[in-house]
Amino acid sequence: MTAVPDRTSRAGFPGAAGDTRSWGGRKVRGGRARQDPAAAVADAHRREWAFVLAATARVAGDIDLAEECVQDAYVAALDTWSRQGIPDNPGAWLTTTARRRAIDVLRRSATLRGKLPLLIEPLPPVPGSAPPGPFPGDDVEIPDDRLRLVFTCCHPALAREAQVALTLRLVCGLSTTEIAQAFLVPEATMAARVTRAKKKISAARIAYRVPGTAELPDRLDAVLTVVHLLYTTGHTAPAGADVVRADLVERAMDLARMLHSLMPDEREVRGLLALLLLTDARRSTRAGPGGRLLLLAEQDRGEWDRAMIAEGAALVPGALRGGYPGRFALQAAIAALHAEAPSYQQTDWRQIVELYGVLLGVWQSPVVALNRAVAVAMADGPQAGLAEIEELERDGRLADYRYLPAAKADLLRRLGRRQEAADTYRRALELTMNAAERDFLSRRIAETGGQR
Amino acid sequence: MAEYMILIYEDENGYATASPDVFQQVMEAHNRFAQQVEAKGGKMVSGNALQPTSTATSIRGDVVTDGPFAETKEALGGYYLIEARDLDHALDIAKSCPARFGGVEVRPIMVFS
Repeated sequence: MTAVPDRTSRAGFPGAAGDTRSWGGRKVRGGRARQDPAAAVADAHRREWAFVLAATARVAGDIDLAEECVQDAYVAALDTWSRQGIPDNPGAWLTTTARRRAIDVLRRSATLRGKLPLLIEPLPPVPGSAPPGPFPGDDVEIPDDRLRLVFTCCHPALAREAQVALTLRLVCGLSTTEIAQAFLVPEATMAARVTRAKKKISAARIAYRVPGTAELPDRLDAVLTVVHLLYTTGHTAPAGADVVRADLVERAMDLARMLHSLMPDEREVRGLLALLLLTDARRSTRAGPGGRLLLLAEQDRGEWDRAMIAEGAALVPGALRGGYPGRFALQAAIAALHAEAPSYQQTDWRQIVELYGVLLGVWQSPVVALNRAVAVAMADGPQAGLAEIEELERDGRLADYRYLPAAKADLLRRLGRRQEAADTYRRALELTMNAAERDFLSRRIAETGGQR
Repeated sequence: MAEYMILIYEDENGYATASPDVFQQVMEAHNRFAQQVEAKGGKMVSGNALQPTSTATSIRGDVVTDGPFAETKEALGGYYLIEARDLDHALDIAKSCPARFGGVEVRPIMVFS
């Protein structure tokens, strides 16, 4: 453990104590020497980016500088690894290179004096600006600052969309172009969003630290919300041809796994990971031939990923136990009931209605109330569900939420009220931009006797 | 330490119709706040209450007009300038800043170096 005084300076990141991880215990995959260097760099980018950036940010005291140095380190890796072979611990090599670069820049820069207090660990002297050779020792301890990086990106002083963009940029290492594509906004817009957010971190001095016990529940909820938002955005893309954007889904899954490994005792982190696993286990069955959207009732349960379901379900009890359960744990419990049910009809709808009731107690979201209404329709019949949905309609908060008219239309259809159903499907269609969902709604309009 | 300004935005009507008791409570809350800043490890640099926006005069270009710069329900009614370690520290301090009829905004002071 490296003890670090919680001191402050004029730079962006006041330092504080952090965990360390030993590279010695972390030897991964043998036979690297035979691996293609470009593939090794790409692999290290995916696996180690967050760690390398987080460790470098602590030394650089500035996110922009850290990012630049980390990018340089990856470029240097491509060259050095081609000539000298791939090091045993690519992450450690990259971290050392990036941190040396940061210190090098700081030593030369005029702001040196202001940032020096952040240089919290003695580093080996920088030999010119040349990157180090194959990593000298496997027993070097580098603090694991990934949590700090995540909590900084998801600070409540940043707008939600900025939190999402920063998390993808800084924790996942996506380029601004990739983030812009994922959220279907112009690249210039996304670049400006990221720049503004970074400026706020440095100008307002958002601290580079994991929040204390008192703040942790709220701050953690913001982090989990961002990860969940990434997942849902990928799970049903807001617009475009495909139902699922696999890149976003996988990033969200990586983030959830990373958070769980770093905070194994946090029940809501466990709940989120369980929820994502249980939902994602059904990914391949959500679309039929030609990209046609399949409802839960129509999906081929034999194709669900049983290993993922087992992994997710095993996390649920621990997420629920030990105090009043949180919203992610409860959603995971509901997802587990769905995933483990032999069929749609034989699902424990009564239990699901109850869990949604508990969920509404901790999270008064009209979307949760809508989901509860759908479950009520399964447990007590469509008429009972319809009454709840109509109440939600009067509430007005879901006025532009496409799944409200879609759910209502389905109940009207099941009650044989075809014309009303067709009209309501049309209302849902007006609110839907995703091509697969639009196709589904159009078919339903045709089936209920309306015109396409 | 860095400097942050805590801007207090409140509905002036609240004070216009407040009883002497309420005024008393508000004054006490502000006195307490000054101590809380120090207790929380921050430093009070300065602070003032402003006369209501009915006393404001605005100038845009050469044009002098009666009233505040922006007509809003909650108007700037006072400020504190504090020193804090970072934004989280400043926000923690600002949470105990009295703003009975509104809320506060926290802004870092720009440093020109």
